[in-house]
Amino acid sequence: MAEITKDQVKHVAHLARLAVTEEDVEKLTDDLSAIIGYAEQLNELDTENVEPTTHVLDLKNVMRKDEPKKWITQEEALKNAPDKEAGHFRVPSILE
Amino acid sequence: MSLFDHTIKELEEKLHNKEITVQDLVDTSYNRIKEVDDKVHAFLTLDEENAKAKAKELDNTKDQSQRLFGIPGGIKDNLVTKGIRTTCASQFLDNFDDPLYNATVVDKLNNEKAVTIGKLNMDEFAMGSSNENSSYTPTRNPWNTDHVPGGSSGGSAAAVAAGEILFALGSDTGGSIRQPAAFCGVVGLKPTYGLVSRFGLVAFASSLDQVGPITRNVEDNARVLEVIAGHDEMDSTSANIEIPSYTENLTKDVKGLKIAVPKEYLAEGVAPEVKESVLEALKVYESLGATWEEVSLPHSKYAVATYYLLSSSEASANLARFDGVRYGVRTENADNMIDMFKHSRSEGFGEEVKRRIMLGTFALSSGYYDAYYKKAQKVRTLIKNDFDKIFEDYDVVIGPTTPTPAFKVGENTDDPLTMYANDILTIPVNLAGVPGISLPCGFSENGLPIGLQIIGKYFDESTVYRVAHAYEQATDHHTKRPQLGGAN
Repeated sequence: MAEITKDQVKHVAHLARLAVTEEDVEKLTDDLSAIIGYAEQLNELDTENVEPTTHVLDLKNVMRKDEPKKWITQEEALKNAPDKEAGHFRVPSILE
Repeated sequence: MSLFDHTIKELEEKLHNKEITVQDLVDTSYNRIKEVDDKVHAFLTLDEENAKAKAKELDNTKDQSQRLFGIPGGIKDNLVTKGIRTTCASQFLDNFDDPLYNATVVDKLNNEKAVTIGKLNMDEFAMGSSNENSSYTPTRNPWNTDHVPGGSSGGSAAAVAAGEILFALGSDTGGSIRQPAAFCGVVGLKPTYGLVSRFGLVAFASSLDQVGPITRNVEDNARVLEVIAGHDEMDSTSANIEIPSYTENLTKDVKGLKIAVPKEYLAEGVAPEVKESVLEALKVYESLGATWEEVSLPHSKYAVATYYLLSSSEASANLARFDGVRYGVRTENADNMIDMFKHSRSEGFGEEVKRRIMLGTFALSSGYYDAYYKKAQKVRTLIKNDFDKIFEDYDVVIGPTTPTPAFKVGENTDDPLTMYANDILTIPVNLAGVPGISLPCGFSENGLPIGLQIIGKYFDESTVYRVAHAYEQATDHHTKRPQLGGAN
C-alpha cells in the first residue's frame, strides 16, 4: 500500500494550486492516507480483463456544426472579473 | 391547510377556475419562507421582487396553458441563473451576483412559466451528505432541526418538505437528490445519466452529475421531469431520445411487476427500522400483484471507494476553473500569479472541497493514475455489469435510500470516511448511470422520515414513476407534514 508522505502532500498541493500551511499538510496527510488506505480494497478484485468505464452512455465524438453564433459581448465577459483593464482580465505579474 | 398541500395538477385547475391567482401562490411561498426559513435555512438568495412582478404579469396573461404555469419553485445554487446570484454555497463565489446565462433546465422552467422563488442551500460545490459543508448557515431538517437535511441538495429537499416551494431542482452525483429527499420525507429523482442537460450546472463530477426534481409527490415529480428532460446541443453527453409522457403512464398498475431486492441493501449497517419499513413496502407491492426476489449486487461494497476516487478526480479537473481571474473572489495576499491562484483557492474553498481536490489530484498524478483512477474505472464497469445482469430478469430494483434516517448535526463531521459511508446505497446508481427515485415509506421511532429507493433500467423513468406512484397511492406517508410551527 502506498504510504503518503508530507512531501507528497506538498507536491500534490502545488499541482492542485492550493496554498497549504504545515498544519494543513499534517491533517491532509492523515486524511489522504486513510482514504487511499480504504480505496486499497479495490485491489481485492481482478480487473485485468475488464474495460474501464469513462461514460455510461455509448456516445462517441458528439459534434455540432461549427457555426458562429451570438453569445456574450466582451463587456459581459468582463463584468464579473475581480480586476480588469482596457478590455482585458488583469492579473498580478507572472514573472518575479 | 396550505395551498402547497395540493398537487400541481390541482393548482392548475384552481388557477384555471379563478379560485386562486399566481400571486396567491407566490405570496404563499414568501410568507412561509418568512415564517420558517430562519430555522430551516433552505434559501441562500431570494428573488422576491422579480418573482412578484412575474406573478402579476402571469395573472394578466391570457394563455395559461404552460405545464408549470405560475408554480413556485426553487433552484439549487449550483445551477446558474442569469442575473441571480449563484454561489454553490462557496465563499469563492460569494460575489458571483450576475451570471451571464441560464442553465438549460432553468430556461426550460421559464418557458413553461414556473416562478423562481430563489436559490437553494447545499454542501459547497455539492460535496457532502449533510449540508454541513455549506459555507453559509447550513440547512436544518424541517422534521427536527437538530438533525441534518442530508445533502448535497439539502436546501432543495428541506424547502419542499417545509412547504416553502412546490418543487425544487437538485443535482445528484452520488445520492445528492435521493438522500436528502429520504431524510426530509419528500420525493426526489435522479434521472438516467444524459436524460437532463447539464449545461449551466456547475460541474462536480461530469460523468456522474445529473439534475433532477424534488417534490412532495410522485405526480408533481413526473411533471417537472417532463419539462426539464430532453436533448441539448450545449451538452455533448445529453442523450438524443424521445421523452415519453411520464404523467400519462403514471396510473397503470404494477400487476406482474418483477422486483429485485439486493441482499446487500438490507445487510448489516442498515438500521432495523429502515429495513422493516422497506419490507413493509414490499408487502404493499405484493398486495398490488407484484412479486419480489432477493438478488445480489456483488460489487456494491466497492462502490464507495470507486466513487470517491472517480468523483474526486473529475472534481480536481473541473474545479481548476476557479482561479480568481474571470469571476469569483480573488485573494489580496499575492504578488505573483501562481500565488494568486493558490491563495484565492485556499481562501475561497472549504475543507471538504480542498480534501477532494487533493485526493483527485493525487489519484490522477503521474505514477498513481493506473493504480487508483484507472482501477476505479474498471471497478465501475463491474458495478454497471451487476445492474445490467439484474435488469435482464427484473423490472426494478428496490431497497432503502439510506442506511439510517437523518443523523444529528455534528454527528459525522469528524471522520470523512464515516460521512462517505452514508451514500453506500445511492452511489452504485450513479456509477451505473441508471435512474433512481426516493419516496417516503415510513418514519423512525423518533419521527424522522425513511426513504424507499426504486431503481430502474436506462431511460425507463416511466416504470420508476409508475412503481413509485402505485406505492404512494396505497399508503399515506407522503401526506404527513413536519411540525415547524404555524399552518403548513
